[in-house]
Amino acid sequence: MRLKALIVATVMAAVAGNAYAADIIRFGTEGAYPPFNQIDASGKLTGFDVDIANALCVQLKAECTIVTQDWDGIIPALNGKKFDALVASMSITPERQQAVDFTDPYYTNKLQFVAAKGSDFSPVKLKGLVLGAQRATIAGTWLEEHVKDAEIKLYDTQDNAYLDLSSGRLDAILADKFVNWDWLKSDGGKDFEFKGEPVFDNDKVAIAVRKGDDALRQKLNGALKAIVANGTYKKINDKYFPFNIYQ
Amino acid sequence: MSLDLDVAVTYLPKLLDGARLTVQLVVFSGLIGLILAVPLGIARSSERLWVKGGPWAYIFFFRGTPLMVQLFLVYYGLSQFPAVRHSALWPFLRDPYWCALLTMALHTAAYIAEILRGAIQAVPRGEVEAGVALGMKHGVILRRIVLPRAVRIALPAYSNEVILMLKGSALASTITLLELTGMARTIIAKTYMPVEIFLAAGAFYLAISYVIVRLFKLLEWHLARHLRHRG
Repeated sequence: MRLKALIVATVMAAVAGNAYAADIIRFGTEGAYPPFNQIDASGKLTGFDVDIANALCVQLKAECTIVTQDWDGIIPALNGKKFDALVASMSITPERQQAVDFTDPYYTNKLQFVAAKGSDFSPVKLKGLVLGAQRATIAGTWLEEHVKDAEIKLYDTQDNAYLDLSSGRLDAILADKFVNWDWLKSDGGKDFEFKGEPVFDNDKVAIAVRKGDDALRQKLNGALKAIVANGTYKKINDKYFPFNIYQ
Repeated sequence: MSLDLDVAVTYLPKLLDGARLTVQLVVFSGLIGLILAVPLGIARSSERLWVKGGPWAYIFFFRGTPLMVQLFLVYYGLSQFPAVRHSALWPFLRDPYWCALLTMALHTAAYIAEILRGAIQAVPRGEVEAGVALGMKHGVILRRIVLPRAVRIALPAYSNEVILMLKGSALASTITLLELTGMARTIIAKTYMPVEIFLAAGAFYLAISYVIVRLFKLLEWHLARHLRHRG
């Protein structure tokens, strides 16, 4: 379905007059997670994550490429050196910390259910329902850990989960609040709404690097601090959300 | 990197559950596909255009598009139409298991029909003529000479097709089924140990295809018993 085409998003740092060879950072992302990372109609990789990666590259005067990779193989691909850093809206979890190292968070996510408008769905009575989430996400893990008496269906992409919510195969979806927010604004989500309070509200999202790659991790941390301080971060934030997602 | 095979052992029961669903999908889709393929293959080998036209188009469509596209069309595509969601078929099409089974059966039927057509056309002319000379009717020739002969000719190619469907069944994981591949990917999402888990899943696939190969060998041997010795 999805072309795993190599997409060179931008070559930023090679400005005229910069004669010395710039650092090269290869980023990986999923490319199927709007509004954070997605491929637009013209085949270009766009989204919040992509803008952040590009801003970090400008800050570091590095030369950057961004490639896409299916979500459930994205950590193995990082560790297999297909790229050097993951900027893919990845939550910091203890399990992932066994496999990769994380930079400082670049936004704070919440998990919140979405179901049909007017349905009596409530996050406190899930018994017997069919709930969906994307495979290998903290939403999927949350469902598996907290919900024992409902059926849980896991999808390869968030889009496929939304398709099954709108077809009625699912009673509700648990996903990242901002991703849900973006979908609810779209035509496909117009008959659905948030249900209840977020079930988890302090999910820190960061860039992942290979274990022990402290040089790159610290460089990215420094650049992240700088773009937050100089207003670049806010500009990117405001392009996608009318509220602050940093804290 | 080093392998941690304990992880694979821990999740063996889960993988076994997945393997069970894989076998179910392959066996049932293979049988339904076979049942559909017999009339299709016979009609396809006809010399009359109005008889072979329909099967030709069916086979052309199902052989010419990827199984994954067909699965998506049936599972995600049909469900987007309110008419489908309100039809009597919805309880059936709502379930990923039935969608996978239906799609795989329709897909493999096209291939089996084509295998059967080749086999029917490969039945030696002389044997058919012998039937005609004995005054057999068309249906009797088909039932007693052409089909038994064609089945023996088609069997090795059919066993190949079943093994291809075994591997094709991995695509059912894309419509949320936790068959062997889906289960392996879900376990990997928890453990981040793709090499170990995929090795274990691969071993299951090998074991299943070994059993399929042996069963077909046995069947071939059984069907060729009249050719071995008489006495």
